[in-house]
Amino acid sequence: MDWKRFGFIFLIIVVLFGVVVIIGRATTPPVVIITSMLATTIAVATPLTLGALSGTFCERSGVVNIGIEGMMLSAAFFGWLAAIYMFHIFHFGIGFSIFMGVIFAVLTGMLMGLLLAVLSITFKVDQIIGGTVINILAVGLTGFLNRQLFFGKGSVFGGNVPNSPGVLPTIHIPIEEIFLPICKGAASCVQFVDSINKVFDQKPIAISAILLVFVSHYVLFNTRWGLRTRAVGEHPKAADTVGINVIRMRYANVLIGGMLAGLAGAYFTIESVPSFEPLLTNGRGFISLAAMIFGNWTPIGAWTAALVFGASNALNIKLQLFRDVIPAQWAFLQQSYVVGLVPYILTMIILTGIIGRTTPPAADGQPYEK
Amino acid sequence: MQSESRSGSSVRRLLRTAADAMLIPFLAILTAVVVGGLIIALVRGNPILAYAGLLQGSFGSAKALSETAVWATPYILGGLAVALAFKGGLFNIGAEGQLAIGATISALVGYALPQWLGRDIPLIIHLPLAVIAGMIAGGLWASIAGFLKAYTGGHEVINTIMLNYIALNTISFLLNGPMKDRDPNNVIARTPLIAESARIPAIFPGLRVHWGFIFALLVAFFIWWLLNKTTLGFEIRTVGANPDAAKYAGINVKRIIILTMALSGMLAGLAGTVEVTGLNYRHQLGFSIGYGFDAIAIALLGKSHPLGVVLAAFLFGAMRNGATRMQFLTQMPIDLISMLQALILLFVAADAIVRYIYRIRAQSERVVLTRGWGA
Repeated sequence: MDWKRFGFIFLIIVVLFGVVVIIGRATTPPVVIITSMLATTIAVATPLTLGALSGTFCERSGVVNIGIEGMMLSAAFFGWLAAIYMFHIFHFGIGFSIFMGVIFAVLTGMLMGLLLAVLSITFKVDQIIGGTVINILAVGLTGFLNRQLFFGKGSVFGGNVPNSPGVLPTIHIPIEEIFLPICKGAASCVQFVDSINKVFDQKPIAISAILLVFVSHYVLFNTRWGLRTRAVGEHPKAADTVGINVIRMRYANVLIGGMLAGLAGAYFTIESVPSFEPLLTNGRGFISLAAMIFGNWTPIGAWTAALVFGASNALNIKLQLFRDVIPAQWAFLQQSYVVGLVPYILTMIILTGIIGRTTPPAADGQPYEK
Repeated sequence: MQSESRSGSSVRRLLRTAADAMLIPFLAILTAVVVGGLIIALVRGNPILAYAGLLQGSFGSAKALSETAVWATPYILGGLAVALAFKGGLFNIGAEGQLAIGATISALVGYALPQWLGRDIPLIIHLPLAVIAGMIAGGLWASIAGFLKAYTGGHEVINTIMLNYIALNTISFLLNGPMKDRDPNNVIARTPLIAESARIPAIFPGLRVHWGFIFALLVAFFIWWLLNKTTLGFEIRTVGANPDAAKYAGINVKRIIILTMALSGMLAGLAGTVEVTGLNYRHQLGFSIGYGFDAIAIALLGKSHPLGVVLAAFLFGAMRNGATRMQFLTQMPIDLISMLQALILLFVAADAIVRYIYRIRAQSERVVLTRGWGA
């Protein structure tokens, strides 16, 4: 990540926030708009961040992972399903059921990662085809099981989709408690601290995504594991000659990637909303890939790119809230179809490389043959 | 291995290659059916009954056969779209969007052109216009990704997927707004019915199979001819096999990449067009969900060969068509078909797995389909 990229990202975020502030200031103070948009941005960037990290681990070790979308989708489904089963069939408590949902989502992602690894590393299938197989399989499998398990003949639930035990709770970070006394009761100061606090009130997966960005960065660039991973992705033959087990390194990294994509899937059905619908990931796995490429295969770079997409989603959400105060000459912004195009168009603009070329790991996409 | 096959007569060798080309897809389908059966049994269904219903629904009567052909029509064209791109070394995941764009534009020409001109148009002019408009729209849509690939190196996989979402959002906007059917009873996002003069006639009275099916078969033959008997086809295949070599041989690689994407998009656009002009007589939101992804599986199953694509399209058409009957007989959800198709794709793409299960040794060099992120 160079300064040009950071500048570009900063510019886009300023524009996206600016549009909402200009429209919404008629009814809401700018501070409140900006902080609540920041909070939404961080939350909706979560699956993109984790997806991009998933891609980064896989590709740094030399395996193109285009199946992030499918990994997320299947993890979202099986995590949600596990939470429901734990709660309704095995009668565990709400908290434990939700927690097991997350665990199962991560395990599902790992299994999908294993499938990708077997296909692309052991059987040397074209990696992009392998990822596509995962994507299509996930759509078929989740669609089929979703209907069969809940509506099928002899289903345990006999046609009613049971309520999921719920979503993960928000973790409160006590900023208000610390800074409110400083305000000494001044109204604008209280409002400021209050809205800042909202930015930090995030749910567990969102918080762990941010932590994982920095952990991943450290692991990839400051540890022996990371050095080996990158060696295997850049020049597997050289890595092999110095005694690094190329196949094992790739397997391990693809499994880690699968787990990260699984956690991203858990975000959809266990952290964001407690329900599943077919195709709910809606292309976010692919946007993660774009974020990874834009971030030049580095975790922090990918995260900042994910924030841009988060901001464009936040734009869409906030504009729906401010629907009634959108000025007449901007009426097209009322159309969610129009605003909904922003992340997709941004992805394409970013990928055209107008902000400088990116370089993938040298052996990315190539099966290793001794 | 190598010397053995060289010593055999050329006829035997030809038969062996043909048998080998058919063997792996056949075994892949077989494996997928077995695994699918296991999954059906796992969710307490009866696999035998389900598969019997599937067969009955797809081949059991003249009507069933006609419906299978109806399903196969867009599949042949969509499969050809992805296959052609594969031949040129490009992975067109965006057939879905190109198809929807083609369908929308041909519906527009189909219903709005007589209104704009203020008079009826004879079928001989109106129908070709609607078909060609949809085809060109699909081609233009796909060539955006081709252009980005050729000039900026932006990977076509991500760009065509983004174009899918952009197409679907835009079409949602159009079908809910400017192009919405103004019929007071209409609540769904769809266009008005197209004029009689823009409709493809049926082949047999009383059955839905229309001349678009024959047209699709002719297109498949044309693509075979284009790829194997023309300079352009040679250039497309050369760029697909080795872009560096193509460049040194004096082929304009950028031009071929854009052209391949455009041709591929035109085929996908045609797939959407025949659905509008031959079957639904309008474009409706969500009718084509999944066609583009089925097309990928069809192209892979057909090994990107036009004849293989036609056969694979038949198989997929039969499965989609039989699914309704299967659901009626066994209460198995239709989504089972998507899963079966994913399994077929899995075993076809990973022919190494099939070879491993059935202990078949590899016969020839594998075809390179895509090339990672490399521009």
